[in-house]
Amino acid sequence: MTTAVPVIDGWFTIDEPPTLLGRRCTECGTYQFPPTGSWCPNPGCISEDMETVPLSATGTVWSYTDAQYQPPPPYVSRNDPYQPFAIAAVELEREQIIILGQVADGFGVGDLRVGSTVELVVEPLETDGETVKLVWRWRPVVSGEAGDAR
Amino acid sequence: MAVLGVGMHPWGKWGRPFVSYGVAAARAALADAGVDWKDVDFIVGGETVRNGYGGYVAGSTMARALGWNGARVATCYAACASGSAAIEAARTRILAGLCDLALVVGADTTPKGFLAPNAGERWDDPDWLRFRLIGATNPAFFGLYARRRMDLYGAGPADFAAVKVKNSRHGVHNPNARYRKEVSAEDVMASPVVSDPLRLLDICATSDGAAAVVLGSAAAVRKLGSAARVRIRSVSTVTPRFPNTAVDLPDIATDSAATVTAPAIGFRESIAAAAYEEAGLGPQDLSLAEVYDLSTALELDWYEDIGLCARGEAEKLLHEGATTIGGRVPVNTSGGLACFGEAVPAQAISQVCEVTWQLRGQAGARQVDGARVGLTINQGLFGHGSCVILST
Repeated sequence: MTTAVPVIDGWFTIDEPPTLLGRRCTECGTYQFPPTGSWCPNPGCISEDMETVPLSATGTVWSYTDAQYQPPPPYVSRNDPYQPFAIAAVELEREQIIILGQVADGFGVGDLRVGSTVELVVEPLETDGETVKLVWRWRPVVSGEAGDAR
Repeated sequence: MAVLGVGMHPWGKWGRPFVSYGVAAARAALADAGVDWKDVDFIVGGETVRNGYGGYVAGSTMARALGWNGARVATCYAACASGSAAIEAARTRILAGLCDLALVVGADTTPKGFLAPNAGERWDDPDWLRFRLIGATNPAFFGLYARRRMDLYGAGPADFAAVKVKNSRHGVHNPNARYRKEVSAEDVMASPVVSDPLRLLDICATSDGAAAVVLGSAAAVRKLGSAARVRIRSVSTVTPRFPNTAVDLPDIATDSAATVTAPAIGFRESIAAAAYEEAGLGPQDLSLAEVYDLSTALELDWYEDIGLCARGEAEKLLHEGATTIGGRVPVNTSGGLACFGEAVPAQAISQVCEVTWQLRGQAGARQVDGARVGLTINQGLFGHGSCVILST
């Protein structure tokens, strides 16, 4: 039986709807992603009380690109032969933070513009035996059908 | 603070130990300075992470290779900015009055293909994680910056190609460059896309190579005689200010600006600003600049970051010919990374070598007439600024 697990613990949830998990300082309110620090990154704050919070599930595209050649290890390609994928850097308005991620399956750079809206999804990054490892991705919010999937 | 000597080992894919290139560059710089290695009292190496333990302790590796002479030693790592961090270590020790003659060496032997993390599972290393979780190579980051120029300023692939054409024409005249062939815009646009919108010829290769400089105190200059010396006017090794809102290698996310207002100028711009302030000079004073063209599009970003033109006007500056040799402020007269490919710990030092030759009037067919002030700039991943301003 196949099980689906996050490729990395504690960075995002996989229930519908999924969210990225960040940290927020209980003193000054500064957000942080990835949620790996146990102290506030704001140099004007010495708090060590960071709470885990879900981050906004939609954002606007800061920029985007793709990987036409297979990235070197430790990247693990899910497809043989390799299939290119797109990458987006996405700005979350409330958190004022830009977070990179792959673009959802079936979408490419032709579906994106700086300033366009994307939403968070969780999709398979790779399959390891019976285990599907999931990763967060950005999916264009399109009016009508999906665009070109180059 | 005087640059007494500079030297390089030609860039290429020679496949020999990095130490051999470093020794060649060091000996060239010492000969250029007229300084005996026995008299050098401080040696600094730019670290390479690709060549085993000897690369981690590059300063002592070079000292041993040149023959132990008892000099004080240091090794600096600041990714692409390692060379200028090493220069700054030497400069500050001289300014503190603790040494008179310092040798700075950077050398690397690089593998084929994408620069990738060292082997092993490192779930707490952002550089490892960006490959593991996203497959975000260095060219992917360059692609993000390039696309932003296109969507914000209307730049296009033809503009990016024009940077490569310019730099290839400069590099033809540089005996230390790896690629010494004119490239046409058609060649660039016909090369395969690596990370949209950037094509293979928009992105710099990785190379073997080495560069070295000899720096001297005022006392050392007096002892060596009255020849005119190029001076280091400032070195900027600044880190970003919080919140750093620029997407920067190798990070998966920026700082949050939700509670603290972002600085008025971004990180790259702040690197040059600190160097200008320390030197008491400004962009209007520059005769030339060597900027880190990891990609063609990134060279255009640098024009704006170092103040050669306003945001969004770099393409215009390029097409006017201002940044070509013969123009108002030539950029990458060496041919830049486009003609060299990156040899990480040597690259920032090689920029200083080029500016030194230009300021001495020794750059041959690439000479900028009447060059008085030159700037070198780059940025090392994990928040390392790197900018050196030199003058006659």
